Amino acid sequence: MKAAVLLFPGSNREGDVARALKHVTGIEPTVVWHAETELPAGTDLVVLPGGFSYGDYLRCGAIAARAAIMDAVRAHAARGGLVLGICNGFQILCESGLLPGVLVRNARLRFICREALLKVERNDTPFTRRYGKGAIVRFPVAHGEGNYTADAETLARLEGEGRVAFRYVMADGRRDDTQVLNGAANSIAGIVSEKLNVLGLMPHPENHVDPLIGSTDGRALFESIEGMLEKA
Amino acid sequence: MPASETECDGPRMTVLDTPAKEPKITPELVAEHGLKPDEYERILKLIGREPSFTELGIFSAMWNEHCSYKSSRLHLRGLPTKAPWVIQGPGENAGVIDIGDGLAAVFKMESHNHPSYIEPYQGAATGVGGILRDVFTMGARPIAALNALRFGDPAHPRTKHLVAGVVAGIGGYGNSFGVPTVGGLVGFHTRYDGNCLVNAMAVGLAEADKIFYAKATGVGLPVVYLGSKTGRDGIHGASMASAEFGEGAEEKRPTVQVGDPFAEKLLLEACLEIMEAGCVVAIQDMGAAGLTCSAVEMGAKGDLGIELDLDKLPCRETGMSAYEMMLSESQERMLMVIAPGKEAEAEAIFRKWGLDFAIVGRTTDDLRFVVKHKGEVKADLPIKELGDEAPLYDRPWVETPKQQRIDPASLEITATIPGALERLIGSPDFASKRWIWEQYDHLILNNTVQRPGGDAAVVRVQDGPKGLAMACDVTPRYCEADPFEGGKQAVAEVWRNITAVGATPLALTDNLNFGNPEKPEIMGQLVGCLRGIGAAASALDFPVVSGNVSLYNETNGRGILPTPTIGGVGVLADIEKMATLAFKETGEVILVIGETTGWLGQSTFLSEILDREEGAPPPVDLAVERKHGDFVRELIAEGLVTAVHDVSDGGLLVALAEMAMASGIGASLLAPPAEVEPHAFWFGEDQARYIVTVSGGEKATVIKRAESAGVPVAKLGATGGDKLTIPGERPIVIDALRERSESWLPIYMGAGMM
Repeated sequence: MKAAVLLFPGSNREGDVARALKHVTGIEPTVVWHAETELPAGTDLVVLPGGFSYGDYLRCGAIAARAAIMDAVRAHAARGGLVLGICNGFQILCESGLLPGVLVRNARLRFICREALLKVERNDTPFTRRYGKGAIVRFPVAHGEGNYTADAETLARLEGEGRVAFRYVMADGRRDDTQVLNGAANSIAGIVSEKLNVLGLMPHPENHVDPLIGSTDGRALFESIEGMLEKA
Repeated sequence: MPASETECDGPRMTVLDTPAKEPKITPELVAEHGLKPDEYERILKLIGREPSFTELGIFSAMWNEHCSYKSSRLHLRGLPTKAPWVIQGPGENAGVIDIGDGLAAVFKMESHNHPSYIEPYQGAATGVGGILRDVFTMGARPIAALNALRFGDPAHPRTKHLVAGVVAGIGGYGNSFGVPTVGGLVGFHTRYDGNCLVNAMAVGLAEADKIFYAKATGVGLPVVYLGSKTGRDGIHGASMASAEFGEGAEEKRPTVQVGDPFAEKLLLEACLEIMEAGCVVAIQDMGAAGLTCSAVEMGAKGDLGIELDLDKLPCRETGMSAYEMMLSESQERMLMVIAPGKEAEAEAIFRKWGLDFAIVGRTTDDLRFVVKHKGEVKADLPIKELGDEAPLYDRPWVETPKQQRIDPASLEITATIPGALERLIGSPDFASKRWIWEQYDHLILNNTVQRPGGDAAVVRVQDGPKGLAMACDVTPRYCEADPFEGGKQAVAEVWRNITAVGATPLALTDNLNFGNPEKPEIMGQLVGCLRGIGAAASALDFPVVSGNVSLYNETNGRGILPTPTIGGVGVLADIEKMATLAFKETGEVILVIGETTGWLGQSTFLSEILDREEGAPPPVDLAVERKHGDFVRELIAEGLVTAVHDVSDGGLLVALAEMAMASGIGASLLAPPAEVEPHAFWFGEDQARYIVTVSGGEKATVIKRAESAGVPVAKLGATGGDKLTIPGERPIVIDALRERSESWLPIYMGAGMM
């Protein structure tokens, strides 16, 4: 498997995701600067890392979505290549039209860093096949603008097509849209594209791959990707 | 935008900035610059003529309290600063210690009190930005941030606004920059009503043989300006921070700088990249007093002159005068001396990151600090004397009168023990600070092994197994009652925090926050605390490697509590052996290490429950402190204890409650010994104590080891159940206690329970 991690000015979790990939799958990703126009030949997976690309100025993800490298990312996705956007990466995917909807400020207008419980809504995507269906996992969140929203029609389509990959749940495993930590519509934490090859999520699986640092619930996400590509 | 439109050399500016517009030097102007008449006399004597307007500005920047340490310098000399593991002590941007394996920890704490009171978001944000810059200026990548915050009475009308703004500012900067904010402290007291404290600490990691310094070497080398452009923000910020507040402090808002964490993140990456490429001879960030202070320091430390050409300075605004450029405190800027022949390579790296790069001067051999602007010499001053000849005051001081030890039997106590515990746990100082630290990204970099809420934060070093433990602490009430004992206690407490996670404390940074040093009683607090800090740092082999002094923390003549915040760093050989404070299992034995006499003087029990702040604070026996700490650290390293918590504010019962709340496991406690009054036993604040839990099988071993080491040990009870029970008292339900602890701050901030 060949993986590329994009680097925008202001990205700050590129090291965390690169390290998690290496730690879990043994693969050392190439770091690709935003001003490049092509991905390294043979790239299987493109990761858009967390951070504050361009300082989150204008609108989070909006400037990075127009970076030179993003045309290559769109082409990669159109070919069915895997794209993973975490946190700011999810925001960029929405702003670049690779995923529908938008991430706005948390309902309580404060940055939140805490562990969140998530339900794996489907385990037939390239990113989730090593999880049990309906499994409850714990990933940390660290964002000020993670409140997913979209118009009613888009939300209905996402739900109808089963494109919600991860949903925030309460301690008892049930969903409660009135209590969701950032106010996200339908408790959405992560969604996939129509062809299931693009995943955007706010929580950080890359920060939970080591038992000494909280939990290992994030490992299966990277193992899923690796397994998927080995099969292919 | 083409560079020429934003730089200061366009023809339009000539009209706006003519020499004729410079004010005349009058006694009033001198006073406005914060210079006393005798200090101005000193300037006249030093340069043999009347200074120009720009020169007056330069002197005011270099000679204010914030930059010159003129009131504290004499007393700072007494601090121990050396140890075999100290690579760089005070005097550089940050202290540097050897942590083994060819690596160094680089750290410092610095205050941003006055700006944060005036404009809490930007004041706190730029405080974080400044301390991060201090660390990466030395070639280290920041790996952790901490902060110590002191606010006024929660009932004071301004307090909530300050808490919200300061916390958002710290998070806003650190989160975007990408450093985990892993620990700190938050306290409330009416004496900070008009003057909150924001002390920010940063810790970085570098290769021990690749540390960068401010000292310039080589004549005729380019002096390069890097980072954001210079604007009119923050002019006289350092002078503002060197005066008391009166009414109308808010009018000083324009002197507060505005932070741009995005620019700082780019500056970090660009600086580390050009350092790696071997381009940098010397580097100094532009912090307090901006370009003036950084240029003078680089030259003076290297025994070189510096000549600056301000026509080359990247400016954000048009028409800036030499005076404004020299005094601007615009953020995210650096000054460097670049190695010969490396200019093009360094410039390419900075351009890649979208940052300004301009050669603004050169090093000279004449030891003069020369500033040119539009063909005129605006300043020509002796560079060494600007720093070395700054006034040094031996200010008169009086010792704080000693107070009597409080006899617990003399107190009229009506509160029950469970009732007092519940009130303490729900009080502003003890209540959980989760609402605050959840606004800080404390997990980025994937190395946070011990998160906020423990005795010390622990961050893994690279891929381990080594970790760095860090904590900050001080008990201002103790310092006010007895500065010497309070200074000792602050150091001992941080040393104990680091020990309690199993790490070996290595060095500390001090952030000395006091009132007006021109008052002998305030000066007495500073002198006393410094002596205490020095005594403890010596006895515990815990040298001072960096620090910062913040004086004039007064509003309308009322000073803050003396608050010498201590930040410490220690090394943990193997993070898998780290101790945490949560009870682990039911049925384990709870022991207290150290002697419990029931010391209630200046305790939180006394202040919160009896509304009295009086008596002598608990004395710190440094030899005992060391013996007990070394003993506990051994127990942790050998895996003999399952949970460890140091006993500090609130005494044994608060510590036990914290261990229970962290785990959900309760404890059955034994009745206190007959010779100690029960409230004093449970809430007294005797020093050098730790609570540990041991499995039944290890109990005898631990007790025997303590006895042979001459360390007092006593059984407090056993873990189990979901309550804390004390014979003869109503049981205390852990869940209810936790609810109290977790709810105070969200409710106070009007945020509900989320």
